[in-house]
Amino acid sequence: MTWLVAGPIVVPLSAAVVTGFLMGYGGIQRLVSLCSGIALFGTAVALLTNVWNEGVTAAQIGNWPSPFGITLVADHLSAVLVLITAIIALAAIVYSFEDIERRGLATVLHPLLHALMAGVCGAFLAGDIFNLYVWFEVMLIASIGLLVVGGTRAQLDASVRYAALSLIATTLLLTGIGLLYGLTGTLNMADLHLRVQEVENEGLLTVIAVIFIVAFGIKSAVFPLFFWLPASYHTPKVTVSAVFSGLLTKVGVYALMRVFTLIFTNDIGYTHEILLWVAGFTMVTGVLGAASRNDLRRILSFHIVSQIGYMIMGLALYTPLGLLGGIFYTVHHIIVKANLFFVAGAIRRFGGSSRLARLGGLYRDAPLLAALFFIPAFSLAGFPPLSGFWAKFLLIRASMDVHEYAIAATALAVGLLTAYSMTKIWLNAFWKGRPEDAMPTRPPSRSEGFFLLAPVVGLAAITLAIGLYVQPFYELAERAAQELMHPAEYVGAVLGEDAVSGAGPSPAGPGGSGN
Amino acid sequence: MNTLVLRVATRILLPLILVSSIFMLLRGHNQPGGGFVGGLIASIGFSLHVFVSGAEALRRMLRTDPRWIAAVGLGVAIISGLVGPYASGTPFLTSAWTSVGGVKVGTPLVFDVGVYLVVVGAMLTFILGIKEQG
Repeated sequence: MTWLVAGPIVVPLSAAVVTGFLMGYGGIQRLVSLCSGIALFGTAVALLTNVWNEGVTAAQIGNWPSPFGITLVADHLSAVLVLITAIIALAAIVYSFEDIERRGLATVLHPLLHALMAGVCGAFLAGDIFNLYVWFEVMLIASIGLLVVGGTRAQLDASVRYAALSLIATTLLLTGIGLLYGLTGTLNMADLHLRVQEVENEGLLTVIAVIFIVAFGIKSAVFPLFFWLPASYHTPKVTVSAVFSGLLTKVGVYALMRVFTLIFTNDIGYTHEILLWVAGFTMVTGVLGAASRNDLRRILSFHIVSQIGYMIMGLALYTPLGLLGGIFYTVHHIIVKANLFFVAGAIRRFGGSSRLARLGGLYRDAPLLAALFFIPAFSLAGFPPLSGFWAKFLLIRASMDVHEYAIAATALAVGLLTAYSMTKIWLNAFWKGRPEDAMPTRPPSRSEGFFLLAPVVGLAAITLAIGLYVQPFYELAERAAQELMHPAEYVGAVLGEDAVSGAGPSPAGPGGSGN
Repeated sequence: MNTLVLRVATRILLPLILVSSIFMLLRGHNQPGGGFVGGLIASIGFSLHVFVSGAEALRRMLRTDPRWIAAVGLGVAIISGLVGPYASGTPFLTSAWTSVGGVKVGTPLVFDVGVYLVVVGAMLTFILGIKEQG
């Protein structure tokens, strides 16, 4: 089973090596990249099937026993996020064939993209908190490289901001990890779950928890730490910004979900209350920011921020239904958001601009594009029967159950404003007549039509599938939420069943990893 | 930057720095050190060379694109992690040992060499990129 869990890391890392050697051989590099994307998808499907049938699966890398060695753990949440990552990677690779030129600096894209996927999958599967940090670093290095592919001035500006903020976040994260290690003597997350319950100095534990909120908060772009995201996401190539907007912040959300259900549950009244306020403010500021913008990708960037609020809200409620909603929202959002960026790229290609004032009449000129925009956009806004409706419905229902009416009202109002933003795009880009100064639209060529629109069609189909056939996705999210609420199975898979039932503390000792 | 002092010093320092980076790499097997630190030390030496003789001189010295070095390193590290599992069916990255003429040889060193190359390749890519654009 260990190979299945290590697979989503080994496959993209190997792909990064091979595509790295093939820089300068455009055609072959693309083929290898595509095959690797398919291989990652296959691995992810196999992993999810295994977890679905047999429960939480753990692997001890290098055969060092936990809690000392490097542990990879796949529970339902990790496995489903790895699968979504693979789907987005595959879509991005296909899209890049038309979006990014075949030669020159652009050939760096494929190695970096696969390295990024290794980082994302590694973060989802990491079983100890230090490796979670290491995978964040891998993601950071790969994503800075991807941000500057193309090398315009705006991109460099964006990457400097992104790098600076990320470095602050990782420094804080490392500080938090160091303090936590000093307090408990372990880095393994399952072991931490057991040991934080024995910690006497609960105040210090809460302080560390807040450090983690700030560190992962910067990563996941929550209020008031989100400003790096709208400043950088609209600058890179469309392929890159779609992958970023779909995946990167969601790794931060995942990390919050993991540590605030597995480790920091000692003072829920305090930490999760902070998270709930953060969630509310994130939703409102994000959606208001979006309402004030007039460029497609800038609007969409602000909507990432606002949507992150919903996911954090699910975590902050800390009820089974709340977490279920948060997980469901994350899965739905990754697909919809990446898809919207892909569509925005296609609109710019066919309509000649991404500024709303210079667009128009696309409904007549490109009806297929209009339909393809409609599905993810109104799923984002939460129109039934699309996937976003169920995600919002679950979260609002969960907040009603625990009488948090204020956050429920906020979520509903923000949904309305999201609909306003999407309608604004719809009216301006598709319905209004073409402005006089607009670039002429042109019909897509065959290869543009295929490579740019195939990923969009695929992702829109998944959105429709989640919306119309919600039961299996609900069940998956329900299982994932159950595991988060009751970590015994997770701990048992990592440390052995004895550790859960027996009160005996696990052996202490330095569990350092790295070289 | 290109002063006489730096030029003369670099001529002496570069070999010393490279040797000590290899020392760090080997020392890392049982003591503090290893491929990551060794790679960083080597890149310090190479960046001195860039400051004194320019990016073009370093490219000639390396004879290959630093991105290739990084890719080779990552490949070496991954393959070293596959040897043990291939030989004995253990998990990924399990170390494998054998004896060549009484000397114990194992994959951890190979892995460290891979890390060393990745770090050198990545650092030199950055340094050359900055130097050639700025």
